[in-house]
Amino acid sequence: MAWVWFHRFGSPPHFYRLAGKLVPWFGWPAALLCLGGLIGGLLLAPPDYQQGDGFRIIYVHAPAAWLSLLVYVVMASSAAVGLIWRMTVAHAVAASCAVIGASFTALALATGMLWGRPMWGTYWEWDPRLTSELLLLFLYLGYMGLRSAMDDVGRADRASAVLAIVGVVNVPIIHYSVIWWNSLHQAPSVMKFGRPTMPAAMLVPLLLMLAGFSAYFLALLLVRARGELLRRERQARWMAEALLATTPRPPTPPSSTPTATGQVKPC
Amino acid sequence: MLKFLAMGGYARYVWPCYALTALVVGLNIHWARASLRAAQAEARRRLASLKGLS
Repeated sequence: MAWVWFHRFGSPPHFYRLAGKLVPWFGWPAALLCLGGLIGGLLLAPPDYQQGDGFRIIYVHAPAAWLSLLVYVVMASSAAVGLIWRMTVAHAVAASCAVIGASFTALALATGMLWGRPMWGTYWEWDPRLTSELLLLFLYLGYMGLRSAMDDVGRADRASAVLAIVGVVNVPIIHYSVIWWNSLHQAPSVMKFGRPTMPAAMLVPLLLMLAGFSAYFLALLLVRARGELLRRERQARWMAEALLATTPRPPTPPSSTPTATGQVKPC
Repeated sequence: MLKFLAMGGYARYVWPCYALTALVVGLNIHWARASLRAAQAEARRRLASLKGLS
């Protein structure tokens, strides 16, 4: 009984429809949250007592770094679900994560370098936090390379799932690197036990940006997962329904048949 | 306004960060839409060939 939602969620036609409906419910709040975060971070928050206005990089750097980890955890856990329960939807979600994660990991590295230059005096240092984040970028790229090397989607799903699951060990290493080792990078100021070490005027815009980026990721993920599901689908019936529902004027609709349901049989 | 753009002397580090972020955010929206559209077009082609066979 409790598993009914799980099976419903795992049914490709249901997921395809639901995801299409949910996209604006994540997309618009994401835009509003980021707008609020930008106004708060760039205009309202006071300058830092040490870094002056340079600290405002945090409002894009921290959300990008947060997404680089969040996306990986979502990718690895859905890959595991796909591998264990042979769920197409879970594999589609995992495959949708890679490009998003890789681009935000690269962004976190780039904005971190631009922040490091004025504050540490160097763009790059082989520091535990920086090196483990770079490794994360290589994990994403390896995952994408492995997938594109295989023509069969099912095989690509299973092989890349193993890579994603093994690579998840890097996530706690990245997070705790600044605590375990001596690092140039500062220790966490928000994602830690106890109270955040920031005044509210600086913290609230950061939290808005983090929430906004997370909602934005979910919207992107839903759009991409719909495409990935279509790519994996071999059943013609719901595919025809899905395509008719998404495109008001399909290119070659047979005018005599009212709907495509039952018209097309899978071979 | 100029004071805001100068970012206390950090303008050449702060603004490129925001520009890069805007680029990545925009590109991801474009890529996600393009990927869904490509999958829909491909599915439509597959459906058409299935219709041809039946």
